[in-house]
Amino acid sequence: MKMNGAQIIWECLVREGVDVVFGITGGKVIPLYHELPAYPIHHITMRHEQAAAHAADGYARATGKVGVCVATSGPGATNLVTGIANAQMDSSPIVAITGQVASGDLGTDAFQEVDITGITMPITKHNCLVTNVTELAQAIREAFHIARSGHPGAVLVDVTVDAQMGQCEFIYPETVNLPGYRPHTRGNLRQVAQAAEMINQAKRPVLMVGRGVIVAGAQDELVELAERAQIPVATTLLGKSAIPESHPLSLGMGGMHGEAYTNLAVQQADLIIGIGTRFDDRFTSAASTFAPQAKIIHIDIDPAEIAKRVRVDLPIVGDALNVLRELVPLVQNAQHTEWIGLIDGWRAEAREYSRHWEEGEALVPQYVVRQISELTEGDALMVSDVGQNQMWEAQYYIHNRFGGLISSGGLGTMGFALPASIGAQVGRPECVVWVVAGDGGLQMTIQELATIVQERLPVKIALLNNGYLGMVRQWQEFFYERNYCGTPIFGPDFAKVAEAYGMAGITVCDKAQVNEALEQAMQIDGPVLIDFRIEQEHNVFPMVPAGRPIDEMIRRPRQA
Amino acid sequence: MTLAKEYSNHSRRTLVVLMEDRPGVLSNVSNMFRRRNYNIESLTVGHSETSGISRMTVVVHASDTVLEQVVKQLYKLIHVTKVTDITDDAAVIRELALIRVHAISTSRAEIKQLVDIFRAQIIDVAHDSMTIEITGTEDKVDSLVEILRPFGIKELTRTGRVAMVRGGLSGGGRG
Ligand SMILES: Cc1ncc(C[n+]2csc(CCOP(=O)(O)OP(=O)(O)O)c2C)c(N)n1
Ligand SMILES: [Mg+2]
Repeated sequence: MKMNGAQIIWECLVREGVDVVFGITGGKVIPLYHELPAYPIHHITMRHEQAAAHAADGYARATGKVGVCVATSGPGATNLVTGIANAQMDSSPIVAITGQVASGDLGTDAFQEVDITGITMPITKHNCLVTNVTELAQAIREAFHIARSGHPGAVLVDVTVDAQMGQCEFIYPETVNLPGYRPHTRGNLRQVAQAAEMINQAKRPVLMVGRGVIVAGAQDELVELAERAQIPVATTLLGKSAIPESHPLSLGMGGMHGEAYTNLAVQQADLIIGIGTRFDDRFTSAASTFAPQAKIIHIDIDPAEIAKRVRVDLPIVGDALNVLRELVPLVQNAQHTEWIGLIDGWRAEAREYSRHWEEGEALVPQYVVRQISELTEGDALMVSDVGQNQMWEAQYYIHNRFGGLISSGGLGTMGFALPASIGAQVGRPECVVWVVAGDGGLQMTIQELATIVQERLPVKIALLNNGYLGMVRQWQEFFYERNYCGTPIFGPDFAKVAEAYGMAGITVCDKAQVNEALEQAMQIDGPVLIDFRIEQEHNVFPMVPAGRPIDEMIRRPRQA
Repeated sequence: MTLAKEYSNHSRRTLVVLMEDRPGVLSNVSNMFRRRNYNIESLTVGHSETSGISRMTVVVHASDTVLEQVVKQLYKLIHVTKVTDITDDAAVIRELALIRVHAISTSRAEIKQLVDIFRAQIIDVAHDSMTIEITGTEDKVDSLVEILRPFGIKELTRTGRVAMVRGGLSGGGRG
């Protein structure tokens, strides 16, 4: 059948299983949008292209499917850049489709021309410019295949406006032909056997789990491995929610703001089994100081992640699910009673450090997050922003839903949470979605409240409002003589802003009002923003100073 | 032990990289080297024996561990199909240079003599200069350049290293 380029794009998207796209139109995608109403795809009009990319990213993380965003040429395309980099850093499969000036105008600095394939080359897994309608179907097919397979990532397809309008016979490419792209998904069995041997010999093993386990859908296998050999499980920020955190073997997040017992366990382990993690510096600190007594097994789908930052004694390249399925039966039952006893001792001791805020009067963020956790029974889909709020979410929300945390880890993009929650809620309408954000980050993409209202999404927003760019203020307090340069921020009356956008807004100034506000928010059938006016100069503890070994943390003060 | 950017005991390694001949692939490769802070000395690219496949020769300064990353990062690029480290293979390694040297009637004979010793060729003569073509190992090219320098080099262009493993076991043959 003859089709124009715009029809081919939508037709290909439908065949990839896409039913929603996030975007903003403009001059060089009008032909594309013109054909959209004929296809079973819901377009969500965002208020900024960065938010469109974050929404696609949030959608991808919440559903495991590829998220799609659309933007026009020039400023539309450059506005996507942060969102694309964010998705790529966190291995989130998105496809961005941008319009481009007519092929005859390329390179002439035409109105709204920008070299977006050049700009995004280092921040995409793959990108391409399509100038001819006959190449479109293949390009879209490859884009989805590359985005979702292997080590997932961001792909951008830039389509000139004449390619959108040109006609050709549509033949759906059933296969892709990419001789240079063959992801390794099955682990080498000899190495798997060796890994089992190392696990069976270990006295103080620790599993270190990243987002790869969530991407692979390997929750059951992970828990089985942990239980069979009684191995405690530490996670990275993005690995949180790979194991139910109320599981006795869960140690929660390790690293710069990890719990002391988690970091102590890692540093004293004799075996680290890293799965689906890139041993990021926020977890390991200086690589030379990381887990000095441990042998390291590293299981990852991407060979380039192996030995990139830390030494590895045994690499296994493969999909976490496949490798764990091969590995688990080879692992012997074990108890590790002494080791787990030691860790549980540290864990009990850590409890002492939280008494004062639990019993105190002050409205502290720990309490807010812990109450959300209890109210939602750890089952909400949490979307956190960046900064102190992100760390408090990570430390105090007990994630029991597999894949229940969506956060910007690698890029640490303020403003991520609100638009990402749009994608998450659209992709998982059955889930309760909560945003935890700071006053700085929320104001970076606050315009998306309009999208939330327009789409009638029942997202609940917990704003941890401290009047500061808090995480940076904390660094200034600790390491720069309290020189609060550039960190105090004025904010509007956020509850009123919410109301002005047409959603419910609540302000909470007292600890005693927290539960009531949260319950009210849950009862409202629609979006709600709660502005929690928390202690302004509250800090995130524990904290490992830059470059120090992760067991040399600044502990929580024992009293306020 | 930190593995990345470990500059002690690094050496010159020659990689042969085969890649699909698609738009942007060359800038993608060179971009990757720049962005990951790898230290490349030369990079040449041209057609291979297979149509649609380009062949690149890269000389990179790297320790073993960094080299391992370079190879993996090259493979990670979607259109790179084969990477071979031929540093330790018996390989034919050549470079071509064109050198335009200041030459007046009194120095011509001497330059001609030197060019003959190097088995190079004079490919152009103008009233005050001669242009010389030399093909050989980089060392040989370096020596000729140094020997000609006192005459006054007016223009110089070198291709960088191209390489092939003897007996057809290069990246091309294996690929
Ligand atoms: C887009 C962007 N700009 C700047 C930063 C640097 N940064 C990291 S945390 C932070 C403060 C965040 O403040 P806020 O959103 O109020 O959260 P809080 O730390 O107070 O909870 C800043 C400025 C960043 N991560 N992202
Ligand atoms: Mg703040």
